[in-house]
Amino acid sequence: MIQVVLKIEDLKKNYGKAEILKGISLEVKKGETKVIIGPSGTGKSTLLACVNRLVEPDHGRVLLEGEEITSRNAHKMRQKIGYVFQDFNLFNHLTALDNVRIGLIKVQKLSKEEATQIALEQLSKVGLSEKASLYPSQLSGGQKQRVAIARALAMRPKLMLFDEPTSALDPELIGEVLSVMIDLARSGMTMLVVTHELGFARTVADEIIFMENGLIVEQGPPALIFSNPQKDRTRQFLRKLTELYGEERIK
Amino acid sequence: MLLKGTLVTVELTILGLGLGFLIAVPVSFAQVYGGRVARLICSLYERTFRSIPLLVLLMLVFYGLPQIGIRFAPFVSCVLGLGIRSSAYQSQIFRGAILSVGKGQTLAALSIGMTPFESFRYIVFPQALRFSLAPWTNEFTIVLKDSSMAYALGVVELLRQGSYIISTTYEPMVIFLTCAAIYLLMTLSANKLMGYVEKKLQIPGFETKEVSH
Amino acid sequence: MSFWQIILLSMPKLLSGLTVTLYMTVFAASVGLFFGIVLCLGRVYGNKFARLLSSGFIELIRGTPMLVQLFILYYGLPVYGIRLTPLVAALIGFSINSAAYQAEYLRGSIQSIGTGQMKAALSIGMKKWQAVRCIILPQALRRVIPAWTNEFIYLLKYTSMAYIIGAPEMMAQAKFIASRNFEFFKVYLLTAAVYLSIVWVLSFVFSHLEKRLRIPGMVVTER
Repeated sequence: MIQVVLKIEDLKKNYGKAEILKGISLEVKKGETKVIIGPSGTGKSTLLACVNRLVEPDHGRVLLEGEEITSRNAHKMRQKIGYVFQDFNLFNHLTALDNVRIGLIKVQKLSKEEATQIALEQLSKVGLSEKASLYPSQLSGGQKQRVAIARALAMRPKLMLFDEPTSALDPELIGEVLSVMIDLARSGMTMLVVTHELGFARTVADEIIFMENGLIVEQGPPALIFSNPQKDRTRQFLRKLTELYGEERIK
Repeated sequence: MLLKGTLVTVELTILGLGLGFLIAVPVSFAQVYGGRVARLICSLYERTFRSIPLLVLLMLVFYGLPQIGIRFAPFVSCVLGLGIRSSAYQSQIFRGAILSVGKGQTLAALSIGMTPFESFRYIVFPQALRFSLAPWTNEFTIVLKDSSMAYALGVVELLRQGSYIISTTYEPMVIFLTCAAIYLLMTLSANKLMGYVEKKLQIPGFETKEVSH
Repeated sequence: MSFWQIILLSMPKLLSGLTVTLYMTVFAASVGLFFGIVLCLGRVYGNKFARLLSSGFIELIRGTPMLVQLFILYYGLPVYGIRLTPLVAALIGFSINSAAYQAEYLRGSIQSIGTGQMKAALSIGMKKWQAVRCIILPQALRRVIPAWTNEFIYLLKYTSMAYIIGAPEMMAQAKFIASRNFEFFKVYLLTAAVYLSIVWVLSFVFSHLEKRLRIPGMVVTER
């Protein structure tokens, strides 16, 4: 039986009076890539932030490989979860290499040599070896995001979370980040991705999850969702996206 | 009894601030709109008076000037000293505020037929005013606190009043802590007051950042 | 006496006073930085108690005149048996005062960094204090340099207050010479000139230093 890496049970989160997450439950098995789509502001980012406990949920559990993530063990569990932010959040005062290395040295307590080796390896996997000694402000958006991915991967996570990784990028730069993510998915990484990039979803997703207003409206394999969505809302949303981005992008 | 001193402190502050304001406005103008020479003179003025300690300035005015024939009473000397020093800082505040109003605003005003004067009066000034409020509040509290240096010239403001009381009651800690409390009360009220003024004059959507006094 | 005679007479004493002035400034600026960091971290990252304590302290110090604080230290403490020399009282007073202001500058600089950096640090498994030490502080300290150099110059000017409680810095020397020779105008003018030149030189040096310490590509916002 394939192992369940991530299990989310009935997650709820309120901000003041507003109910952002109204009870989300889902499961991601090892090697699976699941993509969450849906209108903005419906709690998708909050959901991801609750998984690695950057945000405290009000109700529900998150289990990583069977072990529950609590605020007590959060920092330890986060070493096993890679998180890629929409606005990259690279450490501005560190070079690309240092950005990738710092977690290995300070958190995993590796020696400098070991850390450097791993860091360089990850940087070359995302195609940025020559940019290792540059600072974030000297990199393009796409390069920054790839460094961010390398930084997350260097920690050897069991699960990678992507929060709209390409939304802050110029159109020409989206491709380079998506191709890194596609390679990652194909190499067997377990991934939960929030994105608007339906082309990406169609290519690598094992399941599409459509979320709206803090609830999962519909989920299923891409073939089903894209060609024959069951719910009207899903249909509407996909149509809107297709209008916006053009048929090409969806293919 | 301390209240008499407090009153003097308040007088010093308001007069000093006021004098500073009167001098600062034309200076800031000259710095923004003036020719090269005017700008140079004003820069020298403000650089100089921002680089000299207030105490030195006070001494110069009160002890020094009489030697070249100009004699001022202690209170007046303090107001002069506070005022001149404050004017240097206030001119920078106003200059910065005027410059923060983008050039585009003036261009737009001129393009609908306003004279330069009108563009300043109706477009630049109202916005610059909002921008100056926060740093000016800061300056207010600075002058308030610096008024305590009038002690050195013998002016009976709050601090000196306190020390007189101590010389008869021998409770320095209690008295000075009370003085401190009064100053604190004054600075907090000044901030509250200015905060209220800021709120009233606010342009919706154009909020200035939180000011830390 | 002519101006030149005054200069020759006063300069040695003024310069010796200047060394004390500079000593006090450097001491207060550095000790103030250290405690400023402590206060600031307490205020930004501490628990409720720490936050209350540090912000209360900071507001107290910033809301009262430095002279009053000096008086409390020099004239007030003897009531409890603690008798400080003017110089020591001045050093302590200036350091405490500077710490409160520097804490606020640092807090502003931390806020300007944004929450994303902390989130990223936590997301790779760092603990909060690790994140503060390795990610937030290095950036915040870089950004606070202009404010720190400003504070340095501010302290240089305000150390003149120490003369009121009898510390032997430059202002005290000036008063002494002026009264001795009854040449107030010229001596004070000279003193003003000395302060002026020091401040100008320091400003020049500092702006160069700031340029060199910049993180490549990052724009440091002036206060």
